[in-house]
Amino acid sequence: MKLPRQERNKMALTVEHVSYIYDPDAPLSHKALDDISLTIPEGQFIGVIGHTGSGKSTLMQHLNGLVKATSGHIYYGGRDIDARDYDKKELRSKVGLVFQYPEHQLFEVDVFSDVCFGPKNLGLERGEVERRAREALAKVGVPEELYDQSPFDLSGGQKRRVAIAGVLAMQPEILILDEPTAGLDPKGRREILDQIRQLQTQTHITILLVSHSMDDVAEYVDRIIVMNGGKIVYDDIPRKIFKCYRELEKMGLGAPQVTYILHTLKENGLPVDTDITTIQEAADSIMQALDSFRITGP
Amino acid sequence: MLRDITLGQYYQTESVIHRLDPRVKLAGTLLYIISLFLFENIAGYIVAALFLALVIGLSHVPFKFMVRGMKAILFLLLITVLFNLFLTPGEALVSLWKLTITREGLHNAVFMALRLCYLIIGSSVMTLTTTPNHLTDGMEKGLRPLKFFRVPVHEVAMIMSIALRFIPILLEETDKIMKAQIARGADFESGNLIKRAKAMVPLLVPLFISAFRRANDLAMAMEARCYHGGEGRTKMKPLVYRRRDRLAYLCILLYLGCKATVGILL
Ligand SMILES: Nc1ncnc2c1ncn2[C@@H]1O[C@H](COP(=O)(O)OP(=O)(O)OP(=O)(O)O)[C@@H](O)[C@H]1O
Ligand SMILES: [Mg+2]
Repeated sequence: MKLPRQERNKMALTVEHVSYIYDPDAPLSHKALDDISLTIPEGQFIGVIGHTGSGKSTLMQHLNGLVKATSGHIYYGGRDIDARDYDKKELRSKVGLVFQYPEHQLFEVDVFSDVCFGPKNLGLERGEVERRAREALAKVGVPEELYDQSPFDLSGGQKRRVAIAGVLAMQPEILILDEPTAGLDPKGRREILDQIRQLQTQTHITILLVSHSMDDVAEYVDRIIVMNGGKIVYDDIPRKIFKCYRELEKMGLGAPQVTYILHTLKENGLPVDTDITTIQEAADSIMQALDSFRITGP
Repeated sequence: MLRDITLGQYYQTESVIHRLDPRVKLAGTLLYIISLFLFENIAGYIVAALFLALVIGLSHVPFKFMVRGMKAILFLLLITVLFNLFLTPGEALVSLWKLTITREGLHNAVFMALRLCYLIIGSSVMTLTTTPNHLTDGMEKGLRPLKFFRVPVHEVAMIMSIALRFIPILLEETDKIMKAQIARGADFESGNLIKRAKAMVPLLVPLFISAFRRANDLAMAMEARCYHGGEGRTKMKPLVYRRRDRLAYLCILLYLGCKATVGILL
């Protein structure tokens, strides 16, 4: 989709017809991304969903200029990020990318200095660097006792938080989280996701949350982008996406547990609203349906 | 950028060379390299080039992949050429200020460069057509006689196969960590030497940690499968020489004969 220039300005990020091939010379090369177009307005909380190998991480690395598109363009604030005079470093401070398993990037002697690494690279003065680090660590819920610990002595979930704080401390306008819950136990997942949501409601920062679990994103996001085989197959609000849960299943994805429960209940005669995506709403809907049963009788 | 290193990277395709017994390829490569250093003259180099071209043709690996390995040694190649060119005493050809290019120097530089190119391409052919596992299998079996001299052949082969297996994994890891740090504003490309060396810390620390973690995991996995060294260990696919392998040996001998004849006669 080709947008006029002013339109693009209002959008935080615009991706136009981007394709990408890893290693075009290799004997088994294929398109990791195939003609991707999308716009990311300011302040939206977006979930990016796709099966393993669908190109999610590849797309995310395009958004802050780590990978250059084989064809197509990406605009940030209306300017082409691959233009020769474009300051990539500036872009990376505006579009923060937290990698899959970000704890593998920790290297400093203590947690606090590790989080300082990002803002320090922005050339800020010491006081500001430390202020931002403190703020970021607080936002992701790392208690102060841990500041002086070696990052390698933390638990998996704590490491993950520290790594997220490391990117947050750069105060990006868009935060991209590539599978922030991968490899965590259910409690750890919940905690991280809740923290992310809190961050979003408090600061209205634009967030892209990559995941391959519908349950992870369904409750939280405003919009879901479904990827399959390097293409975007759906891009809509959650309840509309989950209507196509049969198609999603074919891509190895499926809908959140609530969708299945509600559909089963409806098939068995309970008049519930099947479009609901969150557990709370589902509970309400089921109670309501049960109440109406009680009044009218089966 | 890091993917340019071809050594130790297998190119998957179907060809006679791929199917050869790894011992043939190992012996062949070794003999080929030795042959490069014997009987030097122009005709000899042409024979060596023809043989190499034939093998590359048979291997079905695109030529670009062979040349990729060259990029890694471009610097070495350049130094070799320059040193030979300017520092060999002899009959002067050209004089530029204090530097003189001699006839012998030119001769040495050209042949040295050719030899290095052939050497690298020749060994690339082997690594591109043989999986690391095959390669170490071949080495283990080929070097078995050394056991009598108490050389731990199996252990060395195992270490090599693990090391080879880890090259692409660590490269990928490096790439990932590098990207992650760049995303945090790290700069690996500008600044003076000291600044650049310092910039490597955020890359090297996580890389070492990950390497140790992987080594640990691997050791655990091997123990869990009762690995206890080479004693009494059997192979699922033991190496056996077939007809094509004998033919290949014959070809190698033929090449050596050719090279020697040409080298001595011309
Ligand atoms: N460094 C690389 N070199 C070559 N091919 C790659 C590389 N990284 C990814 N690919 C390929 O690109 C495709 C998309 O990979 P990508 O990592 O973007 O998937 P993903 O959606 O993030 O998957 P996951 O859920 O497993 O993280 C895959 O087919 C993969 O094999
Ligand atoms: Mg991924």
